[in-house]
This record gives sequence, structure tokens and C-alpha cells, in this order.
Amino acid sequence: MAEKLAYWQALNYALDAEMAGDDSVFVLGEDVGLYGGAYRVTEGLYAKYGEWRVRDTPISENSFTGLGVGAAMIGLRPVVEIMTTNFSLLALDAIINMAAKIPFMSGGQFGMPLVVRMPGGVAKSLAAQHSQRLEHTLMNVPGLRIAVPATPQDAYWQLRQAIASDDCIVLLEHELLYGEKGEVDLQAASPPMHQAVVRRTGRDLTIVAYSRMANLAQEAADVLAGEGLDAEVIDLRSLQPIDWDLCEKSLRKTRHLLIVEEDCRFAGAGAEIAATLTERCFDVLAAAPLRLGGLGLPTPFNAALEAVSIPQVDDIVEAARQLSRSPRGT
Amino acid sequence: MERDQLRGMVRDLLLARRFEERAGQAYSEGEFGGFLHLYPGEEAVAVGVLHAAEPSDYVVSTYREHVHALVKGVPPGRVMAELYGRRDGCSGGMGGSMHLFDRERRFMGGYAIVGETFPVAIGIAYGIVMRKLSEAVICFFGEGAANQGTFHESLNMAALWRLPVLFVCENNRYQIGTEVHRQSALPEIHKRACAYGMPGENADGMDVLAVHEVAQRMLRGIRAGQGPQLLELNTYRFRGHSMADAGAYRSRAEVESYKRTGPLQRVEQDLVAPVDRLTGSSIALDQTTMQQLRDEVEQIVEAAVAFAEASPAPALSDAWDALDANRRHETLVRPEPRHG
Ligand SMILES: Cc1ncc(C[n+]2csc(CCOP(=O)(O)OP(=O)(O)O)c2C)c(N)n1
Ligand SMILES: [Mg+2]
Repeated sequence: MAEKLAYWQALNYALDAEMAGDDSVFVLGEDVGLYGGAYRVTEGLYAKYGEWRVRDTPISENSFTGLGVGAAMIGLRPVVEIMTTNFSLLALDAIINMAAKIPFMSGGQFGMPLVVRMPGGVAKSLAAQHSQRLEHTLMNVPGLRIAVPATPQDAYWQLRQAIASDDCIVLLEHELLYGEKGEVDLQAASPPMHQAVVRRTGRDLTIVAYSRMANLAQEAADVLAGEGLDAEVIDLRSLQPIDWDLCEKSLRKTRHLLIVEEDCRFAGAGAEIAATLTERCFDVLAAAPLRLGGLGLPTPFNAALEAVSIPQVDDIVEAARQLSRSPRGT
Repeated sequence: MERDQLRGMVRDLLLARRFEERAGQAYSEGEFGGFLHLYPGEEAVAVGVLHAAEPSDYVVSTYREHVHALVKGVPPGRVMAELYGRRDGCSGGMGGSMHLFDRERRFMGGYAIVGETFPVAIGIAYGIVMRKLSEAVICFFGEGAANQGTFHESLNMAALWRLPVLFVCENNRYQIGTEVHRQSALPEIHKRACAYGMPGENADGMDVLAVHEVAQRMLRGIRAGQGPQLLELNTYRFRGHSMADAGAYRSRAEVESYKRTGPLQRVEQDLVAPVDRLTGSSIALDQTTMQQLRDEVEQIVEAAVAFAEASPAPALSDAWDALDANRRHETLVRPEPRHG
């Protein structure tokens, strides 16, 4: 029943399924219509659903995202595509001051069935203004929920769940994942939207990662297995809320925690993960948690420097070795 | 107009075209990656406007800014080396195609977030007024950027405080794949100037002399303290939005019709001919001169490529240095090496 789909296609199927099932779902953003989306996610939808449901917007991020907020207040289900995360900085007023706060400030009178999708991350020589990750900022905003699908199957499930949800959901997609293919079962029951998943079981250490880094962590785990280090890999799938119970369960088994994030390490998602899991598992940890993250640099244009500015598979392998050798190890 | 000046403009038109074609070729050969936004079709805009600029004028531009940098005087080798991500690039290999900077030549940057050029430009202009100088800021932007909030916010402040900015709209009719009538309620961008009590004009952006004439007049007024003005230049890009764009949203016939009346065709038609429209005297360039100019730019561009290829890649320490460039001897916490 499963078919092989690219990540962008899985998102496209999810949009199509939700739009077909509910007239109140509509999509808007730059070049989502006639052009089919900068990353093809909305391909074919304009022809199928027409311009009122697939709206090409001017370059006015704050106002078209705010339009989504207003429409959501009267029960529509807008899916705003911000062409890349970098441009969402211009829409943070709509996302943080409005979408995240209106349900609360109104004493719960209004829902916010709004989805904001944005691709981000370091891709290929896109330079400092086009390589950003924003999870650190969004995670710190009460009222937002954040999904970070790493596989086509999760992209399909989580986008459908996000559209069906009455809360504001931010979907952080990764620019380098759009072309990645994977099995997608369109009929299978989905796990809860914010549940983490163990991608590989192991007993020596736990690697917690999300988005593209979850895939690199799995590759690293394969290398480590060859050296006799058995890593458990957890893909968080969600950054708000975070499935702490699953992480804790794993840590109680492995007693070693390695966190991998692409974002700058300083004050990044990994800092929250390390702090909370240390609070919960201090009694069993055999070593201080190790955080592997991006350098505290704007992303350089030069391709070789860009590559060293974020974790690569080799870096994860090396960090895992280091963790297993740490003084209080075993 | 002097014949030498005309020759200089034509040379820059040819240089602009050749530089971009060569950059596109190097990109296709895998010499560097990223987004590459090329300028063919729009050359008369940068050349006409910037030949009316003084060296003391500032330029703020977008991600489609190689030609603006070249005409403002940034050496072609330094621009090409930046596209290659090399150490001798004008931004040290840290910025790439979309982020050319040259402080000495008052090239104040290429900005890749649409709508950023406006506030930067009015900030520079504010400083010029505070210092009581007669300089101007030239702020380039695409017609798509006119729908960003910063356009309205910045034009209002510029007019309110009479800041010396020439806002230059490069109206090439497309915002990636979205045609101007599908993004703008009022597609004639210069007409928006009246909302801020600011003069607005438009001109044929394919005609380098027409562009030059209007830009010169506007810039003189701006430097004389008359406040900001908005200039819309109607043009067209012959290539995709970037190298990644196949351009399926517009017909081949449309592209071909613009190519037939492009800025270089106009030069061949109007200038390699007997009479100068502005002075009535003959300043025309002959075919021999044209060939000399073509040979000259070919050499300049090949030298730029050779310079870029010979330049080393920046090291990681260069990246940290770029980040810390302005810290000098400041002690932040305690005197220690910088990066733990
Ligand atoms: C704030 C922001 N939103 C979206 C983009 C993506 N984007 C890059 S160029 C562009 C179109 C710009 O069109 P226009 O202003 O007409 O300039 P042109 O490229 O035609 O010169 C878009 C949407 C961006 N870089 N910044
Ligand atoms: Mg345009």
C-alpha cells in the first residue's frame, strides 16, 4: 500500500487530501499558484482548486501571514507558505504577536487553525541571509506548536494533522529534504503529531536529533555500529511540545546523551533538551550530555566553510566516540 | 553628451552583458553554487543611472547586483572572485553573489531579503543630512519589492525628512513567476510616489541615454537638497529569475520580443548611427569602435575569471575574523583567546 514519494510530493499529497476534504482549507504564499511553489509543494493545486484557494501573494510576508490569522479567526483553515524561513522574520509579528496570542488573550474565544509552513536550514551556498534556522526563537513562544518532519511519511502525516488542528502549527521543513524519497503509506494510522520516534534502537548511547540531522544521526549510528558502539537514535519530530518521556526512557537505558542540531549551538534547541533531560535523568547519566551544533557564525557563502559550519556525519561519529570515552563512562 | 562619455556607457553595457554570461557559464560548469541572479536585458538601468552618479554617491542594491557593483567601480576581478567564494572577493568569500560589498567605493551591499534596500538607504541618507553634505543615495529595487511594508514605511520617512535618496525601481514585470498585474493593484510603481508627496517619473529602461538623462536631472535635484524622488524604469530580464528557474510562466514569444528591443539592440540602432538625440551633434560610435569595445570587455572578463580562479579559498579563521572585525581590542569578558 505504501508508495515511494519525495518529501515535497508527500506534502503535496497532504495538501491535496485536506483541500479535497474541507472547503475551508486554502493555501497562500509567493508563487504557490501558477508557479507551483518554489519547492513544488503546491504543484497542480492551482489548476485543481482555483485562485481563491491557492493564492499567489505579493511579497508582503507580515500582511499575508496576518491575513491567515484573520481568516483563521472566522474558522477558515489557511496554510501559509513562507518561501523560506529567512523571510518569516518579516512575519514574526503575525506569528508571535498575533497567531500565538489571540486564542489566549481572548480568553479562549478564538481558535487559531492556521498552519505556517517554512523551509529552512543550510542548503547549498545560499549564504548568510538564506541559510537560517529559527527553532530557537519559535520554541520560546508559548502558543505555538512546532513540527519538524524528517521523512516523507512524517511530512505527509504531520501536515495533515497540522491542517486539522485548531491550534497554530508551524511546520519547519528542510530545504535539503525536499528531494529525499521514502515510503509513504497514505492509509496508515498516524502517531500523535508530537510523539517522538526511535529510528534505531541501541544500548550504548542515545542520539537525540530532529529534521535533517535525525537522518545524519542514523548514518552516523551505522558507522558507530561497525566500531562496536550501539547508538539509539531518536527523531523528535516535534520541538513544541517535546516527547520527554520517550527520551527519558532511552536515557535510563543508555545513560549517555548526544544531542545533534543544525542550528547554532549557543541557546539553541539542544540547550533546552540537555537541560530538561539532565533534570529528569541526572541520577543515571554516566557523563555530561554532549551537544553538537552549528558554529556561532552566520553561514559563510564559500562551500567548504559552509560545510564545516554545521555538523556532518563524521562529526557525529566523533562526538559519540568522545562521549563514550568520557571519564565517568560505561 | 561627450563622445567619451557615450563610449564609456556603451563599454559598460557590453561589459555587463559579457560578465553575466561568463558568470552563468562558470556556474553551469560547477565552479560555484548558490543562487545566481543574472542581469541580461536590464543593463541600461544600472549603466544609465550609475553613469549619472558621483563617486561620493552611495549605492544600495539587491541580490541581482553584480552589474551595479561593476559600474560603481568595483573591480571585475573582485566581483568574480566573490561569486567564486574566494578570499579576494569583494566580501572575502563570505557573501557570494547576493552580498557584494565595497565600502571604499560606497557600494553599500547586495541584500537578499526583498525590501531591505529601502531602510538601509534612508539610514545612509539621514547621515548625509546630519553631516550637511551634498551627496545622494541610489536605492535599487525590483517592482515586486514595492509591495513590502518597508517600501511604504521608508518612502514616507524619506519624504517627511527630505532625505537625499533616488529610489530606482527596476520594473522587469516579474516577481519570480508572478507577473506584475497579479501582484500589484497599481502596477505603475512611480505613481505611488504621490502617496508620499514625492516626485515620481518613469522612463524606458531599455534606452541607456533616456535613463541617464532622467537620472542625472533627478540626482542633481536630490543633491541640492530637494528631497527624495522615485524613478521607475521599465525593463525585462532575458533569463530566468535565477539559474534554478526554467521560466515556464512566460511565453517564448514574449521573451523574444523583448530581446529584439533590448538595450544592446538599442545601442546598435540608435548610437552606431549619425546623430546624437540630445545634442544634435554627431557623437555616434562606428563599428570599429564597437569591435574595440567588445575586445576590451572580453579581456577584462577573462582577466576577472583568471583572478578569481587564482585566488585561494578563505579559511575558517577568516570567517571568525569577519565576524569579529569590529571588536578590535575590546575586552568582552576577560582577556582570552576568542573561540572556545
Ligand atoms: C522577504 C523576501 N521574500 C521572498 C523572497 C524570495 N524572493 C527572492 S527574489 C523574489 C522576487 C523579487 O521580485 P522583484 O522585486 O521584482 O525583483 P527582480 O528579481 O525581478 O529583480 C522573491 C519573491 C526574498 N528573497 N525575500
Ligand atoms: Mg521584478
